[in-house]
Amino acid sequence: MLELDRNNFEEVVLQGEGAILVDFYGDGCVPCAALTPHIEALEEKYGDQILFTALNTTKARRLSISQRILGLPVVAIYQNGEKVEELVKDDCTPEAIEEMVKKYI
Amino acid sequence: MEKLYDLIIIGAGPAGLTAGLYAGRSRLDTLLIEKGQDGGQIAITSEIENFPGGLSGPDKIESGAELIARMTAQVAHFGVERLSANVTEVELEGKVKRVHTRHGVYQSKAVIIATGAHPRLIGCPGEAEFTGRGVSYCATCDGSFFEDFEVFVVGGGDTAVEEAMYLTKFARKVTIIHRRDELRAVESIRERAFANDKIEFMWNSVVVGLHGDGILSGMTVKDTKTGEERLVEADPDDGMFGVFVFIGFLPNSELFLGKVDTEWDYILTDESMRTSLPGVYAAGDVRKTPLRQVVTACADGAIAAMQVEHDLASGVIG
Repeated sequence: MLELDRNNFEEVVLQGEGAILVDFYGDGCVPCAALTPHIEALEEKYGDQILFTALNTTKARRLSISQRILGLPVVAIYQNGEKVEELVKDDCTPEAIEEMVKKYI
Repeated sequence: MEKLYDLIIIGAGPAGLTAGLYAGRSRLDTLLIEKGQDGGQIAITSEIENFPGGLSGPDKIESGAELIARMTAQVAHFGVERLSANVTEVELEGKVKRVHTRHGVYQSKAVIIATGAHPRLIGCPGEAEFTGRGVSYCATCDGSFFEDFEVFVVGGGDTAVEEAMYLTKFARKVTIIHRRDELRAVESIRERAFANDKIEFMWNSVVVGLHGDGILSGMTVKDTKTGEERLVEADPDDGMFGVFVFIGFLPNSELFLGKVDTEWDYILTDESMRTSLPGVYAAGDVRKTPLRQVVTACADGAIAAMQVEHDLASGVIG
């Protein structure tokens, strides 16, 4: 997974081409850590068709708020610089993430 | 023929992990199924002050995640098989129990239900819309977003007050909204909260509405004595605030309702954790019990696993 930070988010995600998955996580977020292996498995499966990225929101709080991320975990899909779909908290299950990814490949 | 386990444990919180530990040590052929992260509710708890032996230093109170990581390692040491899956259906009537997941059906002679509980919601308009956009049930997950912002905590029990104190690490001010005029939390926690100058209180109050434009920036609070409602709005410089909800839990028992006896959806057991169905046991927060703590969940798990071993050995089940 491509690790994002507040310096490259704009370039990679907001100016990126095609569908981009962003895994918003944070320090101390246990549900986020539990999701990581599942998202890595999805990257193995779909990584050649969609770019998998991750942002540590703890180190990019203002950027996260600007993306209307105020609760974790969130896995979102961006297309042409716009967040087009996201799964938040309890809705953010490995099954639901895979269903969402399939829509954008 | 498909494999027949001695025991399937559903849920890897403190109850399920302890059941796994005791079952593993008893050499029961055991499968432990968990859909998310080990620990359940306690994994996202910032500090555990009251688990015996749980302090990891005089000034260091252990987090839920740290305690659970040790329990998980301990269970693995005794050779309990693990499965990461959501249980979608259970067949518990016959001698052979069948537990359905999207990875297949697993069979066993006994089942321990240790599915725990989930946070109770406020149940007001806007709550679903703003979950993850200002409304949270997990301070360790979301607290850091509110650095230098204002935060409200709904509830007055131990969890609410402890998490309010944790949130003062980030927020410039934390207001506890409680429907009564005194806290239900135990004295030691209350003392620390009253001594914390970042914590304020809004007594006799309940949240009846949550508002905002994409992000939570307002809420309607009702006075439980006078019935009066008023709007609380975010400081214009902030444009947002956080509402963290800790008003108790509801049992994760949907799959078992109508199959085993329950009361208010909590599973009824005898003192050996046996439910109304032979070979089916329940442990921890999902069970009707006077106290729902890590220590009682662990005790339930130990009793349940030892009862499974006893019932298998004596031919009562299996």
